[in-house]
Amino acid sequence: MTTLEVAPPHVKVGPLGWLRKNLFSTWYNVLLTLLAAWALVALLRPGINWAFQEARWGAIRANLTLFMVGQYPRDQLWRIWLSIYLLMGLIGISWAIWKKAVRDFGIIILVLSAAFSTITLLMSSNTGMKWILATVILLASYFTGGILRGRPRIAWVAWVLYFPIVLLLIAGSRLIPFLPTVDMGLWGGLLLTLVLTVVGNLGALPLGILLALGRRSNLPAIRLFCIGYIELVRGVPLITILYMAAILLQIFLPPGLRLNLVIRAMVGFILFEAAYQAENVRGGLQSIPRGQFEAAQAVGLNGTLTMILVILPQALRAVIPALLNSFISLFKDTSLVSIIGLFDLLRVGRSVLAQSEWLGTHREVFLFAFIVYWGFNLVFSLGSHRIEEALGVGKR
Amino acid sequence: MFSRAFWRDVRFLQWLAQIFFLLALAVAAGFLYANVSANLARQGLTVGYGFLKNPASFDIGEASIPYQPSNSYGRAILVGFTNTLVVSFWGILLTTIVGVLAGVARLSPNWMIRQLAAAYVGVIRNTPLILQLMFWYFGIILQLPNVREAIALPGPVYLSQRGLYLPRPQATEAFQAWVPFLWIALFSIPMLWLVFKALARRLGSPMASGWNLAYLIVPAIILWAGAVLQPEPPLTVSVPQLSGLNFRGGMTLTPEFAALLFGLVVYTGAFIAEVVRAGIQSVSKGQVEASRSLGLSPGKTMRLVIFPQALRLIIPPTTSQYLNLAKNSSLAIAIGYPDLFSVAGTVFNQTGAAVEIILIMMVSYLSMSLFTSLLMNIYNSRIRLVER
Repeated sequence: MTTLEVAPPHVKVGPLGWLRKNLFSTWYNVLLTLLAAWALVALLRPGINWAFQEARWGAIRANLTLFMVGQYPRDQLWRIWLSIYLLMGLIGISWAIWKKAVRDFGIIILVLSAAFSTITLLMSSNTGMKWILATVILLASYFTGGILRGRPRIAWVAWVLYFPIVLLLIAGSRLIPFLPTVDMGLWGGLLLTLVLTVVGNLGALPLGILLALGRRSNLPAIRLFCIGYIELVRGVPLITILYMAAILLQIFLPPGLRLNLVIRAMVGFILFEAAYQAENVRGGLQSIPRGQFEAAQAVGLNGTLTMILVILPQALRAVIPALLNSFISLFKDTSLVSIIGLFDLLRVGRSVLAQSEWLGTHREVFLFAFIVYWGFNLVFSLGSHRIEEALGVGKR
Repeated sequence: MFSRAFWRDVRFLQWLAQIFFLLALAVAAGFLYANVSANLARQGLTVGYGFLKNPASFDIGEASIPYQPSNSYGRAILVGFTNTLVVSFWGILLTTIVGVLAGVARLSPNWMIRQLAAAYVGVIRNTPLILQLMFWYFGIILQLPNVREAIALPGPVYLSQRGLYLPRPQATEAFQAWVPFLWIALFSIPMLWLVFKALARRLGSPMASGWNLAYLIVPAIILWAGAVLQPEPPLTVSVPQLSGLNFRGGMTLTPEFAALLFGLVVYTGAFIAEVVRAGIQSVSKGQVEASRSLGLSPGKTMRLVIFPQALRLIIPPTTSQYLNLAKNSSLAIAIGYPDLFSVAGTVFNQTGAAVEIILIMMVSYLSMSLFTSLLMNIYNSRIRLVER
């Protein structure tokens, strides 16, 4: 019996096998891999060189406060720090209560906070101690939050109350002696971006739910109005809505009533985002099987009670992924307020570019803005994934 | 009419609710109208579209239709509108190519290509478009060398900070006589289709796919024959050539247009890549396995089995991405390209006619959106799953 001469088999396991399978499997894959590798090196090497040697990052370092809070009075910055500490405390408590769901998010915030602490300490900036305090508060609230483990409702209430309290903290009020009002025109930078995002989303959601319900209404007058509003707002760019809010709102209000430009921008964002949220909620409403409506009717609930008690909780649960996506995209869209004259992160960047000391630092400033936006969106995306998983969306 | 007390009848209550709603709307509209009149009267402005006939007296950087500063405001706004249409048209074309390539690359068996495509999508989708436009304009295009030292690519294509210069076909004097051949060639395509259909019916089976080449070859022969019969070639290539301080000939893309186009294409391409990826992944693996077991190569599988089914899922979100591209072109104001929004803003600054200008802008964008939606819905309904 002759034995066949068989060549030894190709390596399929280990790093060599992985290389073979994923990078060099066929001749055109070999070509593509080599081309991509060459392109990467050709682009990255001068880029990294530039970033570490030629780039003038002093433009960022000197104007960091401007980037973060705009023209906010420097002696009132303790209120911003208080908001950050409250947030750290809340995240720590949430982590202690809902361990697994918040774990990845909590770890990322912890790492970021520690990173900021080390960076600011190394740069011997005076915010080093403040970031260390933030990290300590996060860890302390995580370890002591265990006492609340059986009562998540307290955490929910705390989260819901957080946003109005922080807004009050930042804006101040004439009624509170130790919180003098800070004119909204002074808000700027990342602070303004975050405030616009949160207010825009939170304000748009109720309006969006109303519009979605109105679109499904049996009454033709209401239905036509809602459809008309939604299609009109979705068909025009955001910048025209902002322009309208900045210019036309002044004309539509009674003479003598002047609204701050920031409030006008908020109204614009709320009106714009409400149409998109309405479409999301409509998708959720459409996914509710008819059996739910019929069962509610059989139990004796009228239309309104059915909506509030039976349909909306299920529908809103189903559209949470879309809502979180809207949050992320609104965060990016707030950059448009630089066109109507508000000093958000991007506009601050352009004003830094206009400073005579830092002429020509386009790439540094834009890269910084890139990293800030991208980092925040990454953290938001991760948070939204965890929230979806914790709520079991799509699984039950 | 009512079987019991009328105020307990649902139909009556529904009518009452609608009447209240309309009354509330009317009151709100009246309130707004009163405010508008009071405010405009205070500023001494009137509402009316007469200002559109006044001379514009400002120049527009680049115009797709002829324009002089002495033209009217209406003409200026029309120029802005055509600029937007040009950017949107080329943007939609290019972004489809970029998006489909990136979407397919996301699913490539090659690890490096896959990670590069994922990095591209992850970075571009998570940063604002206006930031990317500024980066393209200030960070890339304006950093290109000046005209004397322009980067030369094969083509010849020249890249400089004053613009991108590309070769362009140019009509010569023989073009007019050649145009009938163009029409004949165009007409031959549907004629060929009818001929093939009749032949297939006569033969009883479809024609071999190789015959599809005839759609390319026959018009090409007609065009070539027409060109040969002319005294000189009907089309020449106008090549950009450096003369003095600038390039002559060829096609010029201004830095603003180039930055806007590339920025929009790259941004929307990332979103379309995700849509394409989701569409392709939605086709069940059984289809791939079945087609491979029938002997189709991976390329044919993708082309004949996967992509047509994926297309059904891909078309509606891609439509909304096209609309987003058209609407996002309004960000041209940030980099100085004179699109509709930018020109209308200038007109508003000069005339103060806020309500009319905003109405014009919204009607234009709405009509663009509705038109694109209509086209894509027609295409969608033709490839949709027909359910029994």
